[in-house]
Amino acid sequence: MSVLEVRNVEAFYGAIMALRGVTLDVEEGEIVTILGANGAGKTTLMKTVSGLMDPEKGQITFDGKRIDHTDPDRIVRMGLAHVPEGREVFPYLTVEENLRMGAYARKGRDFSDDIELCYGYFPILKERRNQPAGTLSGGQQQMLAIGRGLMARPRLMLLDEPSLGLSPLLTQEIFGIIKRLNAEQGVTMLLVEQNAHVALATAHKGFVLEMGRIVMAGSSEMLRNSPDIQEFYLGRKEESQRGQKRWKRRKTWR
Amino acid sequence: MEVLQLLIGGIATGCIYGLVALGFVLIYKATEGVNFAQGDMMMFGAFLALGFVNSGHMGLPFLPGVLLAAIVMGGVGYGIDRVVVRQLFGQPQFSLVILTIALGFVLRFVAGTIWGYTPVVLETPYSGRSLSLGGVIIGYEDIITILVTGVLTLLLWAFFAKTRLGLAAQAASQNQMAAYIVGVPVQRLNSIIWGLSGAVATIAGVLYASKGAIDPNIGLLGIKAFAAAVIGGFGSLPGALLGGILIGVVEPLAARYLPSGISQMSPYVIMLVVLVTRPNGLFSQIQAKKV
Repeated sequence: MSVLEVRNVEAFYGAIMALRGVTLDVEEGEIVTILGANGAGKTTLMKTVSGLMDPEKGQITFDGKRIDHTDPDRIVRMGLAHVPEGREVFPYLTVEENLRMGAYARKGRDFSDDIELCYGYFPILKERRNQPAGTLSGGQQQMLAIGRGLMARPRLMLLDEPSLGLSPLLTQEIFGIIKRLNAEQGVTMLLVEQNAHVALATAHKGFVLEMGRIVMAGSSEMLRNSPDIQEFYLGRKEESQRGQKRWKRRKTWR
Repeated sequence: MEVLQLLIGGIATGCIYGLVALGFVLIYKATEGVNFAQGDMMMFGAFLALGFVNSGHMGLPFLPGVLLAAIVMGGVGYGIDRVVVRQLFGQPQFSLVILTIALGFVLRFVAGTIWGYTPVVLETPYSGRSLSLGGVIIGYEDIITILVTGVLTLLLWAFFAKTRLGLAAQAASQNQMAAYIVGVPVQRLNSIIWGLSGAVATIAGVLYASKGAIDPNIGLLGIKAFAAAVIGGFGSLPGALLGGILIGVVEPLAARYLPSGISQMSPYVIMLVVLVTRPNGLFSQIQAKKV
């Protein structure tokens, strides 16, 4: 059964149509990635799923229950955590308070086991536990944002551009941890990423979003081998017969 | 001796400005909107207390009456946000400014209709009595104002620093979107903060009323409190309180030692000077976002 089903979702910013009927499924235990250029609607899709935006049309089902037109705080309680683009930590709260806020939606008061678990995955956070989150470096803030999402004990985690503004080495590290979280904690992941190389290496399957539509879907393996993806997302250049680069190659899905 | 006398009176008055400024800052931090009806909420709270306590009205004992007024005003604040302000969620800032100014008028006329426009005096067990300490005469109401402000500040600090809800309120004020996605019911929290600021305004109103007569126009004191909040940095709770005390102290000193008229101007002169020299206020909490 699919954990998340998105059906024909349309979303608007005022008069601008950002999603033009998106349909996708995320199966339990998978890492699913959404590729797409700037302005394709990736972040909009994430916000619509987590409830920060309401879709104009279409349905979103999580665990068999409708979650479109539901407030985000209710959706987190159902087990869907959103790690937003650009980290969005609470700058004046300490690292530990940030993590504790991540468990706000859960019942109970003692989350020290979960906090230790986060520190296990991100040891640097333990060193900085009493420091205000605003004083962390960008990479550490990203780790904190993921840790905060983890604190909600989600069944599905939405990760919006975890590599934003990070060095290639740190990106590798973060994606390694994402993979481990998926394998060890069984968290299903929906991952939005600009860096198609690392995203396709991490994910099981992927969708390509362009101008608010899904234009391609398939296993990571298949996407990696597709000539369109290779040229437009992985940046591999083909030589034409005349030995020059062909400038006007068209995408075959149009 | 004279300076000391003026100083103590000024600190007490400043505490009241500070408490009203605190109400401004509470709502601003939580919702990023300015409630220009804050002064009128103080006035309304004072009248509610008067309605519960005065012998001509309900005649309850003083302390329960004041607490009841604070609770009722908390409910009024919660209700204002729930019923009116929430409709503007996501609208431009300016609409909230207009709305709250109008709300101030409404509160003023409601109070005028119920309790009349002639100045009335709140019956307190301590007004008019004073203590003589080595030549300095301190009114009981001044001592109580300073004490109550101190206690209230400690309570608010404990609420924000120690409770789950307080931590959520801090989080929501620092990053509303992130608070939403970790499961804080931001809109309900905003209503609670409005309620809290209504209750704080009531305490400020009672303290104000114990220093003299009140009428429905005392809410205009809110403008001075607004200046105090700006001086303090508008995002800082201790800043608001200290800004209020600064204004409260400067006013009587200016009235005594400077030409007439300067005293009335002084809060705004200080505000201008602060805005020019330290645009973020004296106790700002501004930090650039890392990308």
